[in-house]
Amino acid sequence: MNRGRLRAIVWKEFVQMRRDRATLGMMLGVPVMQLVLFGFAIRQEVRHLPTTVFDVSRTQESRLFVDRLIATGNFDLVAPSPDYAGAIRAIDTGRARAAIVIPEDYARRLKRNEPAHVQVLVDATDPTASQSAIGAAQLVGQATSVEILARRAGATVDPGATPLDVRVRPLYNPALKSVLFIVPGIIGMILSNILIVITAMAIVRERESGTLEQLIVTPLTRGEIMLGKIMPYVGVGLVQLTAVLVVGYFMFGVHVRGSVALIYLMALLFIIASLGLGLFISTLVTRQAAAIQVSFFFLLPNVLLSGFMFPREAMPKAAAWIGLLLPLTHFLQIMRGIVLKGVGIASLWPQMLALAGFSAAFITFAALRFHKSLE
Amino acid sequence: MNAAHAVEARGLAKHFGALKAVDGVTFDIAAGEIFGILGPNGSGKTTTIRMLCGLLTPTAGTATVAGSDVTTHPDRVKSAIGYMSQAFGLYGDLTAEENLRFYGGVYGLDRDLGARIAWAEDRMKLAELGGRLSAQLSGGQRQRLALGCSLLHRPQVLFLDEPTAGVDPAARRLFWTIIRGLADEGTTIIVTTHYMDEAERFDRLAFLSRGTLTAYGTPTEVKRTFGENMTLEDIFVQLQGSEA
Repeated sequence: MNRGRLRAIVWKEFVQMRRDRATLGMMLGVPVMQLVLFGFAIRQEVRHLPTTVFDVSRTQESRLFVDRLIATGNFDLVAPSPDYAGAIRAIDTGRARAAIVIPEDYARRLKRNEPAHVQVLVDATDPTASQSAIGAAQLVGQATSVEILARRAGATVDPGATPLDVRVRPLYNPALKSVLFIVPGIIGMILSNILIVITAMAIVRERESGTLEQLIVTPLTRGEIMLGKIMPYVGVGLVQLTAVLVVGYFMFGVHVRGSVALIYLMALLFIIASLGLGLFISTLVTRQAAAIQVSFFFLLPNVLLSGFMFPREAMPKAAAWIGLLLPLTHFLQIMRGIVLKGVGIASLWPQMLALAGFSAAFITFAALRFHKSLE
Repeated sequence: MNAAHAVEARGLAKHFGALKAVDGVTFDIAAGEIFGILGPNGSGKTTTIRMLCGLLTPTAGTATVAGSDVTTHPDRVKSAIGYMSQAFGLYGDLTAEENLRFYGGVYGLDRDLGARIAWAEDRMKLAELGGRLSAQLSGGQRQRLALGCSLLHRPQVLFLDEPTAGVDPAARRLFWTIIRGLADEGTTIIVTTHYMDEAERFDRLAFLSRGTLTAYGTPTEVKRTFGENMTLEDIFVQLQGSEA
C-alpha cells in the first residue's frame, strides 16, 4: 500500500461525491427521511379501536362492563348499533373495528348466580392490530369474574389480596413503544441497503466509463483500488449513523443506554461487511442497472428475515436459518442490545464475531473476484 | 538485452482456450521511435498491447518494456509506461485539472505535481480549460487531456490504443504534432490504429493478422514487401480480405 496513491483515489472519490448532488442527497437525506417515516408510521401496538355497542341488557351492570372495557384505552365508542346485524355491518363497512354485544339476560343471570355471557367482536383482518384489543377484553372479563366471585363469597374486593398475583414488568422498553424498537433497526437497515447499492454502483460505473481499465495500467495495486473506493463510504456510513442517532434522540426520544463508542465500533464492522458485499456484487455485473437489481436481491431478505419488522422467533426454522446468513440480523441484535438494554461487549461477542466473519469473507470473495474480473 | 530497444517482444503469445489471439510475435522497438501496430479488428492488436502493459500474462514468449520483463516485473513496467485508451479514461465529473491531479497522485508525483500539471496544460494546449469539467470538453480537448494525464510521470514508453477515433481532423493534426515532439525528445510511442492515413506518420510499423505478424518495417519497406505500387491502404484491404 502506497499512501500517496491511496490518498489520490480517496480524494477523487470525495470530489466526485460532492459533485453528484443526487447521490449525496440520497446518502444523507434518505436515512433521515426513512427514520422519520418509519418512526411516525410504524406503530405495532394498535389501540383505540372504534367500537360500537349493542347492549340489549341496558342495565347498570352492563354499562359498568362497557365502561371497564373502554377504560383500557383499547376501545373508543362510536354510535351504538340498534341490533346484532347492525353491529356486524358496522364492522363490515369499517365504521367500527370492534363491537361489544351484551345479551338481554346479562344482569339477570348475574343476579341468579348463573354464568352470564358477553360477546366482543374484533376485526382481526390484521392479526397484530387486533391483538391488544383481544387481550384487553379477556383481561377485563377475568378481572370482573374474580370480583363477582369474591362478592359472592362475601369478601370485599382487594386486588392486592388475590390468591395469585402475577406482576409483569416489561424490561428495557417499559412503555412498550415500538419506536424504541424500530429506530435501532432502521440504522442497520439504512446502512446496509444504501451502502451495498452505492458501492456496487461506484465500481460498476468506473467499469462502464472505461476508467477502471485506465486505473489498472497505473501503478495502483488492486488492493489500493478496492480500499480507496471503500474508505470514503465507510465515512459516509458513519455520518449516516450519526444522523440517525441524533434525529432519533431529538425527535423520538431514543436514548442510547449502552456505550455510544461501542455502537460506532460495531457499526464499523457492519459497514465493512456491507461494503464488502457491495464490492462483491460489483464484480458479478458489468452494468449499473444490473448492479441495482442484484443489490435488491439482498434488500428484501434484509427487511423480511433479519428481524427488522417481523420477530425471528415466529419464523419457520428454514427462514430463521437464512436470516442468520444476513449480517443485518446480527447487527440488529447488537444495536437493540446496546441502545435498549444497555448491554456491553460481554453479551454481544457472538454477534460481533459473526459480523467480523462476514466482513472478512465478503472482502476476501470480493478481492478474489475483483482480481479475475479485471483480466 | 539491447539497451537501445525500448520494447522487445520474443515469440509473444496469448491463447484464450482454443483461440490464439496472439500467436508468437517477435519485434523490437527502438527508443524514441513512433511504432504503429496495424490490423483489422480481432487481429490481436489490443491483446499485444495489453501484454506489453502488464495487464495480461503471456501464454508463451517474453517481452521487456523499458528494460523490465512484463511477466516478472509488471509493477516496474507500469511505472515506466503511459497508456491512453480509446475510452480516454477520464472522469467526466472532475475538471480537467482535477483529472491531472488525480492521475499525478496515482503515479506517485508529489512535490513536482503542480509543475507537471502546468507543463501538461501548456503542452497539451489546455490552458484556460483547467476549471472545466472534462465531460464538457470537445473530443480533441479530451484526447489531449487524456494524453496529458498519461505523460505526467515522464514515461519512457507511451501506448496509444486507437487514439484518434472520433476526433476531428484539425484536432488530429495537433495531436500528431504533439506526439512527434514527444518522440523527438526520446519518448517511445506505440500506436494501434486502423486509420491508414496515419500509418505514414509512423517510423516503423507491424501488420498483425490473425495473431501473427504479416509485415514489419518502415512504411517503405512494408510497401516493398507487398509490391512497389501498393499503398498501405491497399495492403490493409488485401490483408483484411484474406481474413474474411
